[in-house]
Amino acid sequence: MRWLDRVQKSGATLFRRERETARLDEEMRFHLEQEITERVARGATPEEARRNALREFGNPTSLRDEARLGWDWGWLDTLSRDVKYAARGLRRSPGFTITAIAVMALCIGATTALFTVVRAVLLQPLPFRDPDNLVMVYEHWRSNTGGNPYNPVAPGDFYEWRNSTHGFEDMASYYNSGYNVSGDHGELPEVAEAQKATWNLFPLLGVEPALGRTFREDEDRVGNGHVAMLTWSFFQRRFGGDPSIVGKTVRLNSIPYTIVGVFPKWFAYPSARTQLWVPYSDGTTTERLHEHDNHYPLVVARMKPDVSLKTATQEVSALQYRMHMQYLGKPVAEDAMSRPMIDDVVKDVKTPLLMMMAAVGCMLLIGCLNVSNLLVARGAARQKEMAIRGALGAGRFALLREQMTETAILCAFGGALGLTLALAGTGWLKVHWHGLPRAESIHVDGFIVLFTLGVVCVTALLAGLLPALSVTQKGILGALKDSSRAAGASVSRARLRKALLSVEIALTVVLLIAAGLLLKSFVQLRTSDLGIAGEHVITMGYSLPKDQYSKPEQNIAFAESLLERVRRIPGVESVAIGAGVPGSGYFGDRVFIIPERPHYEDNKQPDAMTRYADPTYFATLGIPLIAGRVFNEHDRVDQSKKVIVSQELVKRYYPGENVLGRTVVMGTDITNKKQAYEIIGVVGNTLWRVGEPTKATMYYPVSTADPGQRLTLVARTSGDPLNYAVPIQKQIGALDPQLPVVDVLTISQIVGESTVNESFSASLVLIFAALSLVLAGVGLYGVLSYVVTQRVPEIGIRIALGAQRGQVLGMVLRDGMRPVVIGLLIGAGVGAGVGYVIRSQLYGTRPMDPSVFVAMLATLVVVAAAASAAPAWRASSVNPIEALRAE
Amino acid sequence: MGKPNDLVQGTLGLLILKTLSLEPKHGWAIAKRIQQISNDVLQVQQGSLYPALQRLEQQGWIRSKWAETETGRQARFYSLTAAGRAQLEKEREMWSRLSAAIDLVVDA
Repeated sequence: MRWLDRVQKSGATLFRRERETARLDEEMRFHLEQEITERVARGATPEEARRNALREFGNPTSLRDEARLGWDWGWLDTLSRDVKYAARGLRRSPGFTITAIAVMALCIGATTALFTVVRAVLLQPLPFRDPDNLVMVYEHWRSNTGGNPYNPVAPGDFYEWRNSTHGFEDMASYYNSGYNVSGDHGELPEVAEAQKATWNLFPLLGVEPALGRTFREDEDRVGNGHVAMLTWSFFQRRFGGDPSIVGKTVRLNSIPYTIVGVFPKWFAYPSARTQLWVPYSDGTTTERLHEHDNHYPLVVARMKPDVSLKTATQEVSALQYRMHMQYLGKPVAEDAMSRPMIDDVVKDVKTPLLMMMAAVGCMLLIGCLNVSNLLVARGAARQKEMAIRGALGAGRFALLREQMTETAILCAFGGALGLTLALAGTGWLKVHWHGLPRAESIHVDGFIVLFTLGVVCVTALLAGLLPALSVTQKGILGALKDSSRAAGASVSRARLRKALLSVEIALTVVLLIAAGLLLKSFVQLRTSDLGIAGEHVITMGYSLPKDQYSKPEQNIAFAESLLERVRRIPGVESVAIGAGVPGSGYFGDRVFIIPERPHYEDNKQPDAMTRYADPTYFATLGIPLIAGRVFNEHDRVDQSKKVIVSQELVKRYYPGENVLGRTVVMGTDITNKKQAYEIIGVVGNTLWRVGEPTKATMYYPVSTADPGQRLTLVARTSGDPLNYAVPIQKQIGALDPQLPVVDVLTISQIVGESTVNESFSASLVLIFAALSLVLAGVGLYGVLSYVVTQRVPEIGIRIALGAQRGQVLGMVLRDGMRPVVIGLLIGAGVGAGVGYVIRSQLYGTRPMDPSVFVAMLATLVVVAAAASAAPAWRASSVNPIEALRAE
Repeated sequence: MGKPNDLVQGTLGLLILKTLSLEPKHGWAIAKRIQQISNDVLQVQQGSLYPALQRLEQQGWIRSKWAETETGRQARFYSLTAAGRAQLEKEREMWSRLSAAIDLVVDA
């Protein structure tokens, strides 16, 4: 039972330390008493006996300490002593302590917050069964060589893949949809984002419902009943978490759907915006489900354990090629491509996240270097103390340990504060980072605390080791005989500080360049010309339910009355109805045939983005008419086959030709007279999304839009357009109280929304860069002040010998700028590389953008000059008499 | 000064273990016993006994408990554990090997 004895002893000496110590004292006292008694018995006087007994025994206090060292926890004593010393030292210089702790807290906090996000989004496995085997399969066009090679899958292709290949365990598909949700009891109408999924998606992912069940196979057939599943958040928000919800009905686009189940809280797939799920085949036709040329759904597949992803994908690809040959002439892709689901989920945020993580890492490093620099300066002041203690027998290791304890305390406090900051920061990131996938899984837990602890240890080592080594390295003799007159004595320490400073500046330059490039991209995005005059325009979306507004006349009547009502609102200058506002998204395209040139190379069939417009649409949005005319009232009512095209379309498909009056045939069948349209006008180009190239566009009369299509009301107003949001919504409510309105946005909000992530990463990196700049400036100031203080006697002599103030000023400035220039050069080189790495995030600029480089380098030089100015001025105003007398 | 030489100091543990192998004793008695048996040759600095005792106890070779002495005073009595007995055998053997070797060298 030796281990039991040992554990008992360890426990006693740890938890009952005071008592054990008291017992030790008692034991020794007993010993002395015995000894004295014995000596008295042998005839010594009590006085004598006591003296001799003590002499034979030794010093009880030091023996007690020695005995305590024998306990398992001897190091605790050492540690508590070191901590006491270090804390005392830190209290003595509160300015330094507070600065260092603040720097560390900021850097550690930012690092922890970003790591929390990176871990949840990029590192943790997806919350599905066996997530490593989940992949996304896409179509791929061989002509698609740039950008994103992954194209959505036509439903017909998907069914073929699932039925005729065997490389995957199973394949499922889903696509985005939306519904007007209403109730039978006058509940507020709203538009809910929904996904339509094949019944097997949930078993494939391994998702169990929280209530009820998922879809049955027979529910996923055309014309079979209307069923829906709710996500947890929608269930809670709209139905108050009613536990008897299963079996009840909800009206989607006015049609009653039976709720068969509710998903658990964690299921926020494909994004947290999804509110509802309905079967894939609901509300569509068998023909549409077997189309091979209409690409919108996504396909999820689960790999078989013994089939590689490559083999399985190749089989699908081979099938796809056969279909391509079978439907030659139709837009059916040649190949299939796949990638792991996790890569698919994080594709848009991986680069920005890693970029920010790197930025924050740089900042942490700069923070460490800065604290390191401060410590070197402090160490210089304690050089003699160290030397004396060394001379009195303190081992170098003991001194080193003490120094490190000090750094460790700073970092520990910084870390604790940083963790608090990280908690706040993580919450902030979660709320303000729009469209961050898996945001729901971001939280600070034990692992993150451990991570912070690790960061604290690393920073303590990074920041503390170099200064500690430098302070304790000097020979005792050297330090003691070192008089302040020996100007060269501290040169090596100053050199170390300058080297640290160069690294700090280089890192700052890198951050500044990255931030500058991102900022410029963001500004370019914000100021990019949408092609419209949108300052005073407000937009809002609605879709008329197919069942209530089944006839075109009903749609037209609704539009007529709505336009009439809105036009009468005072301050509304112009109003129109269309589909698809510039800047707000793609919303699909259609291929067409130019009858004069009916033959085209494989997959090079002309296509144009689809937009709908009414007669006042172009004027309201300020899209210029280049040639021909816009729609008139006649086109609106009779659903005439007229289209208006964008300049880009003319440039692309009719270069140098007159397009007015020409006919195009939509689709792939030139003989289909129903699809023949006449071009009546040409309008200016617009951007479908900020930062994306313009696309050939075709505008159809809004009366030809499909029933149920999302339409947008656009109104030009005098003054702030947001003031008209409520009055216009009231008019819609007056026409149909059950009709929900969505996306009430001004054009600048639309632009803002689509650049929000660019703005986000640009501002975060900019903040990190600015903080680093401040740190570098403070570091430079500290180093120069230190050097100047060290050189005061030398400068005094120089001045006494006739050096001009200007010369002294120049000398100190040169001294300060040398590490800056070195850091600048290194930083500029690395910065160029970094720009290249983040080029996918850049817009309207390039990695080596000279304007960004010049601006950022100039900023740094100005800050560095400002930081050097004060010490240099102090040096130049040294009074030689005082300086020399101080010796 | 009653300081033992280095060789003996290194074997203080052995001396204590051996002394305790007969019966439990308190610190003072151990010191006296070592002195007596060695005919006052080994003058252990009495105080250095206590760090050694703490070390041995931490190793689990001896165990301590508070009990009354003959004079009715509370004192800490140390006794050998089973592991301590084994350790004593080991150290004793090492010691004989070492001293035999030294004898060989010195007598040669």
